[in-house]
Amino acid sequence: MLNYIWFALMIIAIIVGAINGTLTEVTNAAVDSAAVAVEIALGLIGIMAMWLGIMKIAEKGGLIKILARGIRPVARYIFPEIPDGHPAIGAMMMNITANWLGLGNAATPLGLKAMDELQSLNPVKDTASNSQITFLAINTASITFIPMTVIAVRAELGSANPFEIISTGIFASTCACITAITASRLLQKLPGSHKTDPMLNQTTVKEEKND
Amino acid sequence: MTEVASDPLFTTIMKTVSNLAIPFLLFAIVLTGFVRKVKVYEVFVDGAKEGFDVAVRIIPYLVAILVAIGMFRASGAMDWLVALLSPATNLIGMPAEALPVALMRPLSGSGSLGIVTELINTHGPDSFIGRLASTLFGSTETTFYVLAVYFGSVGIRRGRHAVAAGLTGDLVGVLAAVFICRIVFG
Repeated sequence: MLNYIWFALMIIAIIVGAINGTLTEVTNAAVDSAAVAVEIALGLIGIMAMWLGIMKIAEKGGLIKILARGIRPVARYIFPEIPDGHPAIGAMMMNITANWLGLGNAATPLGLKAMDELQSLNPVKDTASNSQITFLAINTASITFIPMTVIAVRAELGSANPFEIISTGIFASTCACITAITASRLLQKLPGSHKTDPMLNQTTVKEEKND
Repeated sequence: MTEVASDPLFTTIMKTVSNLAIPFLLFAIVLTGFVRKVKVYEVFVDGAKEGFDVAVRIIPYLVAILVAIGMFRASGAMDWLVALLSPATNLIGMPAEALPVALMRPLSGSGSLGIVTELINTHGPDSFIGRLASTLFGSTETTFYVLAVYFGSVGIRRGRHAVAAGLTGDLVGVLAAVFICRIVFG
């Protein structure tokens, strides 16, 4: 699916650019975006290193296991493929909590740590497992309790009550999150997705070498 | 629900918890590790080593996604998409002005924030459009960015139904935002 979307974005951009006479802007945007992508990725190094270090201590100290055991009942329902008490569950829980608290800087490294733990259970390394997709869905539609950025914009532009969108935001983001999780669990049953389920294709591990 | 959540008290509590969460977490993790005889410094360095690799591993995925989205935005194709979809969104009571926010949100965080700021500036933060745009922005994440970073960090190229699930969530988020804003801010 990403192949199609990526292709469509590119082709539409160039065709529309040609018609609108914005091809120069399109070219500049391509070059600039590539540079921005590298800046963003490199900017993650410090914070990634810090949280991966801390998480390693949490892992060795057994805290991640304790967390994982604590939310076993919920986790078993949403992530049936993950073995009980696996560190992936503890890491995911920390990521989700960080998201809820609006701690974006901590949420991403914790989320990537969780993704890495999920990858250790995934037999086909270049293909997303069902658990990884559900976890991604939780993050692409994460519940936001305090959308700080937009509140700041509202305050700056003279809102009488910049915070009044908190409740509507919680409602909308909760709906989005529940839908995304449900969709991820339902769509995995579609023939196209079922056929490529890594857990059912354990024998085709030759792909692993490509990683 | 509106009354409770709009209360500055709720905000104050959430902010306090957010501010204390990281120090508390660091304290708890390092202390537990130390008490359980983990060589905290050595283990930290060992874990931190991977930080660089992870960041570098993300680069190709992020370049691919951001370049395609950047080109799409620069071409002006978004205006066409808005024109195409606005008859449908008018039906559900969504002002055409707010549609670009909903369409841009999954693609670009800074892009959609720019549109929201412009809308708030033009229509006022306490207008219906201003409130709806704010809610739309706060209701979901930048789906394609999250996808590139999270899957890129472990080298996943085949996302299967991940995009579909994420976009379904985004779509319902938009519908829910319009619905709740109609009721609360009518």
